Amino acid sequence: MRLPDNSQFQYQAPDFDELVTLFSNTRSWQEKYRHLMLLGKQIPTLAKEYRVEAAQVDGCESAAWLYHQQINGKHYFIADSDTRIVKGLIAILMAYFHGKNTDELPEQAIEMVFHNIGLSQQLSPSRTNGLQHITQQMQHKFVKLT
Amino acid sequence: MNVMTQSCATPLAIAIRPLFPTLESTEKVQPLCYLDTAATSQKPLSVIERMQDYYLNENSNVHRGAYQLSAQATQKYEQVREQVKNFIYAQQSQQIIFTHGTTEAINMVAWGIEPQITQGDIILVDTASHHANIVPWQQLAKRTGAEVKAIGLTTDSRFDLESYRQLLTLNPKVVAVPHITNALGTVNPVETIVELAKQVNAITLIDGAQAVAHMPLNVSELDCDFYVFSGHKMYGPTGVGILYGKTSQLEALQPLMTGGEMIKTVSFEETTFGALPNRLEAGTPPIAEVIGLGKAIEFIQNNLTAEHQAEEQALLQYLQAQLKQLNGIELYGAHESNIAVVAFNLLGEHHQDIGILLDQQNIAIRCGHHCAMPLMQHLNLKGCCRVSLGIYSTKADIDQFITALKAVQELFAE
Repeated sequence: MRLPDNSQFQYQAPDFDELVTLFSNTRSWQEKYRHLMLLGKQIPTLAKEYRVEAAQVDGCESAAWLYHQQINGKHYFIADSDTRIVKGLIAILMAYFHGKNTDELPEQAIEMVFHNIGLSQQLSPSRTNGLQHITQQMQHKFVKLT
Repeated sequence: MNVMTQSCATPLAIAIRPLFPTLESTEKVQPLCYLDTAATSQKPLSVIERMQDYYLNENSNVHRGAYQLSAQATQKYEQVREQVKNFIYAQQSQQIIFTHGTTEAINMVAWGIEPQITQGDIILVDTASHHANIVPWQQLAKRTGAEVKAIGLTTDSRFDLESYRQLLTLNPKVVAVPHITNALGTVNPVETIVELAKQVNAITLIDGAQAVAHMPLNVSELDCDFYVFSGHKMYGPTGVGILYGKTSQLEALQPLMTGGEMIKTVSFEETTFGALPNRLEAGTPPIAEVIGLGKAIEFIQNNLTAEHQAEEQALLQYLQAQLKQLNGIELYGAHESNIAVVAFNLLGEHHQDIGILLDQQNIAIRCGHHCAMPLMQHLNLKGCCRVSLGIYSTKADIDQFITALKAVQELFAE
């Protein structure tokens, strides 16, 4: 499987603390999902040639693709989805995991993050959006490192 | 009648709602707008209470007890067989086999007729079939060297009788089609399909999972060899379904499962199987579910009047008309004569996003491939949204759904 160039991996993910603050101030479902879909637009899209089966994450009714690269001990990810909401959820994962090493991960567990911003149902195994699988695959990279 | 201007009152549905606890639950802040009856129907209190009563007061195994309680359970269980027989106008109660659902019933037939299938035999299946009416036949074909062929669809996504007629010239052994398609709600011309199949001596199976809750059924008139359906899509419990078959066809089936009460005699040298219907009901059956199904049939017989059917049909047309008024929407195979289902997409949007955003507004619809991937391929779609109605669906449900869908569109447009 051909990976995107290293340079493509080294983008700036949304800031984690800013993101938590953003969601903690939302009042309605519209606001929450508006933020989410806008976040999705802030992370890179994958060109068609990288939207291949080998990079596809299982368990998603919608298609999602994930690439990983380790550069100087830090983990970089590019992920995309053909839905707006999963793309937004991926952006949250990027804010949490992207460009970091194990020591730099936020203290709060990712499950708690989704819980606190009122999106924990999207992470549940009963959902077909595949977010759980994407999360596990990203987490796995950090486990290996330790 | 112009449905755009037609008033769409649903007094019968409004009157029936209090019988459904899930719809009337006061625990939720917002009432549930349940538009996914094609996946599973909600259950009336009469069904729930009957099953509870069975477990509270009558629980025992059927067909074997020497004691009163078991004899009573057996009697109630067998009464439901009689009830199902009358409900679908079968001739004998032994033609009614209790299964665990439609999928199991189709598998029982696809497995059971294997001795009658030889290499090169043709099995015809509707392109718009549910996977449960495709995969068991594919598996049968793999085991026997038979071939599954898809009957085509017309450009407006209906069953293509012309394609069917051409395929019949191949003298297929089996023709298996849905009565009503689960993803689109289109009604197949099953009378004609069966009649034509009989001219080439093909065995016919009709998947009635989406039909029984919405329309009266007469299997004797239809004259198909097998008709299958599920309890849970007709206001009954999950875990129970029906395999109806002509007696000679049922007797010719090799049992998919063996053991339990389907046995006549067993020795280590030889085992003989019992007579119908037990022959095809291995193991302890879903007794409480069968008894609950009896109540569901009673419920349908008491409430699915011609008036209520007409109300449900008018509601479907109202739903179609309301959807068609929206910008950037595409409906699939949406005909006035369809039953209880509308399939659609918002152009350029993913069906899953729509489902999640409707869920935020307490609207329950199904978004995905609807276990009909070949149909989705035919329509050139990854999936779509499906709204489906039940006996309790009201105009207020549709209005709430349309308002919510407009809110989703607004959010997308930002």
